[in-house]
Amino acid sequence: MKITLKLYATLGAFLPPGAQRNAIDLDVSDGATIGDVLARQNVPRETCHLILVNGIFSPPANADARELVDGDTLAVWPPVAGG
Amino acid sequence: MGWTGKILRVNLAKGTCTPEDLNMDWAGQYLGQRGLATKYLVEETDPKVDPLSPDNKLIFATGPLTGTCASTGGRYSVITKGPLTGAIACSNSGGYWGAELKFAGWDMIILEGKSKKPVYLCVIDGKAELCDASEIWGKSVWDMDPWIKSRHQDPMMHVAGIGIAGENGVLYSCIINDLHRAAGRSGVGAVMGSKNLKAIAVRGTGGVKVDDFPAFLAATSAAKEVLAANAVTGEGLPTFGTQVLMNVINEAGALPTRNTRDVEFEGAHDISAEAMAAPSGKDGKPNLLANQACFGCTIACGRISKVNEEHYTVQNKPEYWHASGGLEYEAAWALGAATGVSDLDALTYANFICNEQGIDPISFGATLGAAMEMYQDGALTEKDTDGLELKFGSAESLTSAVELTGRAEGFGKELGMGSKKLCDKYGRPELSMTVKGQEFPAYDPRAIQGMGLTYATSNRGACHLRSYTVSSEILGIPEKTDPLVTDGKAGLVKAFQDATAAVDSAGLCIFTTFAWTLEDIAPQIDGALAGKWSVDRLLEIGERVWNLERQYNLQAGFTAKDDTLPKRLLKDAAKTGPAKGLTAGLDKMLPEYYEARGWTKEGVPTNETLARLAL
Repeated sequence: MKITLKLYATLGAFLPPGAQRNAIDLDVSDGATIGDVLARQNVPRETCHLILVNGIFSPPANADARELVDGDTLAVWPPVAGG
Repeated sequence: MGWTGKILRVNLAKGTCTPEDLNMDWAGQYLGQRGLATKYLVEETDPKVDPLSPDNKLIFATGPLTGTCASTGGRYSVITKGPLTGAIACSNSGGYWGAELKFAGWDMIILEGKSKKPVYLCVIDGKAELCDASEIWGKSVWDMDPWIKSRHQDPMMHVAGIGIAGENGVLYSCIINDLHRAAGRSGVGAVMGSKNLKAIAVRGTGGVKVDDFPAFLAATSAAKEVLAANAVTGEGLPTFGTQVLMNVINEAGALPTRNTRDVEFEGAHDISAEAMAAPSGKDGKPNLLANQACFGCTIACGRISKVNEEHYTVQNKPEYWHASGGLEYEAAWALGAATGVSDLDALTYANFICNEQGIDPISFGATLGAAMEMYQDGALTEKDTDGLELKFGSAESLTSAVELTGRAEGFGKELGMGSKKLCDKYGRPELSMTVKGQEFPAYDPRAIQGMGLTYATSNRGACHLRSYTVSSEILGIPEKTDPLVTDGKAGLVKAFQDATAAVDSAGLCIFTTFAWTLEDIAPQIDGALAGKWSVDRLLEIGERVWNLERQYNLQAGFTAKDDTLPKRLLKDAAKTGPAKGLTAGLDKMLPEYYEARGWTKEGVPTNETLARLAL
C-alpha cells in the first residue's frame, strides 16, 4: 500500500532522497504500523513527540500498535511548541 | 522586596514627573504587571472613556520577577483602554526594556493627559524628564531609537516607542522596544500617539532586591533546570522557534487561510520554520540566521532573519539588508496564510516593516485578508484601494499594503482601522474575523474547539495568549485533549485563563509554561516577595484579575452578546481536514463556561463570585 510520510524539523534528516517539502510517498507492506515506518527510516523513537495520522493525533506510545491503511498521511515532529 | 516600591506618575499635559509609593496592599491582591496595573486603571479611569482621549491612561508595568535572575524575568506589559476594541488592553513584551525600568528604580509608569507637543520621556535612574521629540516625530522606530541613544550619548539605554503608525492612530499600532520586541496587540501604540508621546527611554544602574535570596536562588536554579531538561523549552523552541507550528497546525487542518475561508494552506511549507532554515538566494544562506533570547531567558525562541538581498522588496533598499527580528508563527500566519501569500522573503520584509513602523502583524494581516476577500467579491475596487490589486496570494499587494499602513497613507489609512471597521464601512461586516473588534490569530476554532471559547471570552478581544489551549488540544501539554470536541473545554479554558493571568502578573514569559506549572513558579515568587506565595494564592489572583478585567469591560458597555465568534465559524463547516463538516461549538461551551466562572447566564459575575474574590 502507499502512504505519505512527512518528517518535520530535525526529523527531516531521516527522509530518503527524493523527498520534497519534508514529504515523500512510500510503498509499505499491508498492515504496516507507525513503528514499522519509523524504524524503516531509522528515526529514533525517543525523538518522536508529536504524531498525526491524517491530521489526527496518535499517541507516540501506541506507534507499534497503530496500523496504517492505504492512502494515510503520517506526519511526525520532535518536541515542538509555539504560540 | 522584588519591588522597588516606586511608581513614576507622568502628567503629560502639565509636563510633570512625580514619584509615588507603590500600593503594596494592591500588590498583595493583584501581584504585579497585568493584574496590578489593571487595578490602577480601574481605580483611576472611567471604563467608558474614549481610548484616544487625554482622559485615558497608559500604564507601563513590570512584575515582581522582572529584572531578577528568574528565567524569562524581563517582561513588562502596557495596560490601557484599547482603541481597536474599546475593551481593556494589556499587551506584553520581552526584550530588555522591562528589566531596565526596574534597574532604574521604578516598578511602573503611569502616563496621563496629553502633551501639547511631541515629547519623549527619559528615565535615567531616579531622574525622569520629558524631552522635546519634534525631531523624531514622523520618524520610524528604527530611526527614533538610535537618535535618542545618540542624543544622550548612551548606547546602553533601552527604548520603547511608536513609529509613524502610532502617531497617526492606526488602531492596531503597537509599542516596539529594543527595535523588534513588541507590546503588540489592541492598539496600545495609538494610545501613546494620541498623547503626543513618542518614546520612553530608560537607563538603570541599580538592581532588584529579593526577600529571601538563598530561597530565591534555589527556586530559580531548580526552575531553570526544568526548562533545560524539557524537550520543548530546552530543545524545540530554541532550535525551531514558534514557527515550527506552521506545518503542525496546517496538518491538523486548523490553519485559517484566505480570511478563514479554508483551514489548510497549500503554501504553508514555503513559509514555515523548515523553509526559514533551508538555504536560499545566491549566497545559499538561510532566511534564519540565529536565535535570540530576551532578558534573563534560558529558552531563546526569538528569530533573527535576513531578507534575501536579490528579493524585489529590498534589491534597491540596502537599508533593509541587515539582520533583524524574523517571523514568529502568528506573524507568518497573518502575513501569509491569512492573505494566501507564500513568498517567505515578502513576509519577512513585511514583518520588518511592522517592527519598523510599529504595527501588529496579526491584525494587519487579518485585516488585509478581509480586504482581499472584499476585493475579490467586488465590494472593494481599485478605485477604493488607490490602485492596489488586492488579490489573494499577491506578495506585491502585501508588501505595498504594509508600507502604506505603516506610514498611514492612502488606502493604508483604511487598513489601519482594522477589519471590523473596514468591513462595516464597505457593507460586508460578516467578513471581519474578529471578536470584540480584534482580529483572531492563527488557529481555526472549528478544528481546535477550545480556541473558539478562548477567542469569544478573551477580555482583550480575540487572542491566543489568554488561554492557549492549543497546548493541550494539539501538542498534548500538559495532557492531551481532543481538539474536535467541546466536552471539557469550558473548564480547560478557565484553568488556562486563570493560570495565564497569574504568569502575566509575575514578570515571566508564558512560554515557560510549556515546561513549568505554577508549582515551579510559586517558589520563585515566594523567594522574591515577602509573605507566603502558594499555588493556590496565584490561582486565586489569576481568577481575581480575570474577573476584574471582565468587570471593566461590562462597565465599558460589553455584554454576553459580545462573547461570540464570526458567523463564518458558527455556520460554515470546515471544508477539509479532520474538522471537515464541523463548526465552532460555542453554543455548547459558553453556558458551561459562565457556570464554571460563577457568572450568571448573562455573563455577569455573581455577587457570591465577587465576594469570594474580594472584588
